[in-house]
Amino acid sequence: MHKTIDLENIIKNILLLFSITAILILSLIVIFLFNEGLPTFQHVGVLDFLMGDKWIPAENLYGAFPFIISTLLVTLGALLIAVPLGISCAIFLAEIAPGWARELVRPAIELLAGIPSIIYGVFALVVIVDLIKISFNLATGETIIAGSIILAVMILPIVISISQDSIDAVPRTYREGSYAMGATDWQTISRVVVPAARRGIIAGVILGCGRAIGETMAVVLVIGNVEKLPLSLLDSGEALTSAILLEMGEAVIGSLHYNALFCLGIIPFIIVLFLSIISSRLVSKRVSRFG
Amino acid sequence: MIQANTSDKIAKAWLWLSAVFIIIALLSVLGYVFIRGADSLSLSFFLDMPKNNWREGGILPAIIGSLIVVSIALLFATPTGVGAAIYLTEFTREGRLTRLIRIAADSLNAVPSIVFGLFGLALFVFYLKDFTGGPSLLSAGLTLGFMILPTVIRTSEVAMRTIPFSEKMESYGLGASKLQTIRNIVLPGSLPGIITGLILGMGRAIGETAPIIFMVALNPVIPKSIFGSGNTLTTQLYYLAMEGISMDVAFGTALTLIVIILILNYSTRALNKYFSRNLRR
Repeated sequence: MHKTIDLENIIKNILLLFSITAILILSLIVIFLFNEGLPTFQHVGVLDFLMGDKWIPAENLYGAFPFIISTLLVTLGALLIAVPLGISCAIFLAEIAPGWARELVRPAIELLAGIPSIIYGVFALVVIVDLIKISFNLATGETIIAGSIILAVMILPIVISISQDSIDAVPRTYREGSYAMGATDWQTISRVVVPAARRGIIAGVILGCGRAIGETMAVVLVIGNVEKLPLSLLDSGEALTSAILLEMGEAVIGSLHYNALFCLGIIPFIIVLFLSIISSRLVSKRVSRFG
Repeated sequence: MIQANTSDKIAKAWLWLSAVFIIIALLSVLGYVFIRGADSLSLSFFLDMPKNNWREGGILPAIIGSLIVVSIALLFATPTGVGAAIYLTEFTREGRLTRLIRIAADSLNAVPSIVFGLFGLALFVFYLKDFTGGPSLLSAGLTLGFMILPTVIRTSEVAMRTIPFSEKMESYGLGASKLQTIRNIVLPGSLPGIITGLILGMGRAIGETAPIIFMVALNPVIPKSIFGSGNTLTTQLYYLAMEGISMDVAFGTALTLIVIILILNYSTRALNKYFSRNLRR
């Protein structure tokens, strides 16, 4: 008897170790990112880094502003497409889809979520870039908008599944009350169901936004990668993540260039973490509100 | 009232259209890759070495590289993730620690893949290069293992929480110890969920590019050991497309990846169906 209790304790402690691994890894990521990134600021001012518009490693100029704007523009474009489409599709699945349509669309969304980002990138490179070039009559189709379109497709599954969960969670009595007052389906959806589910819908949009900011492969292949400030969705640009991916190969480990690239990584890391925390708070509060 | 009915019809038409768009988006990506990649696919494409700077021949090194990297990721994430889930469900109550673990796992899940790449570069390629061999398949596999850990923890935990309390009580009532109960009741009962989580993690690991891009090279040799360099399907696809080396082989590689993802996706579905039927008995 005594022996089994000891064994149980040993195993309990090993399992405890396993379960704090996630905390450990996250802490290590923070430590390494800052440890390798912050030395940049011994040579470059924080404001110069964030607001400077010249990124020329050979001359020790590290202004990340064009990358930040490119990332924001490409994300904004993706949200403009994915938010209306995603919410509509979530409403469709939760409220009006007949069984067969749900059986068809749900697996499609799952598959869309499972396709590797590099494949979206290659597809966009050979299809969407050409379409943009022809339809807007541009010199090159490798533009911010090409990145936005493919990112929109990639974040649709997140927006849809989280919005749909929260629309499904709206109690049936809400709908019955609305129908009893003579409202049509659409009046019920737009004035009762969607407002009641808004927290979850916003959570889905925020999570999709985070995913778009952090995405690398699909963006790097299609937005042109020129280090200048993009002024519209039809300009070429270079996202934060693209810059890291493209330049890390040339950077000498331990050099200022290497440090500056880690600094570029800190920006999406902090934004995405912040967005993920907000969205999980929105969702957990929603659950408690409906009891 | 006519107005309300008309807007109802227009709105519903738009909702249908949005769903149709999702299907079209999926079919155009899948369809395009199938059409462009189908010509390359053959047994020799999988089993041959690349020739003439990837313009001809097969993709054997990338297939072996992907297999090794994903195996390492699973070897790390399976015991760690399942162990963590057992601890969270069987050994502790909800409290500060479990909340912290959950927040950490959620955050880890949200970390951008390129940040994992930077982290892996600093930790495994730079600081631990004496143990990992620097930019090696081992470094890449461990980075991916870190990345899929939250998925494995979460799905295993959800599966373990579905075990009815009464079944555990029966086990204790028969005089079984906690460890025996875990081995005989909790683990077998949650196995389908755990396996589903592992397959999901596998799909994620095999499709990721950015976390491992700094650790692999486009190198036409069969990897000799996990401490040496190699390349994977995703990184090969990136280099072939980005540098415009060979679009035909690129789409062959893309199709190979998609077929693997489809098989994994189908097997989780089949698995769930099989087990839910058996549980109903």
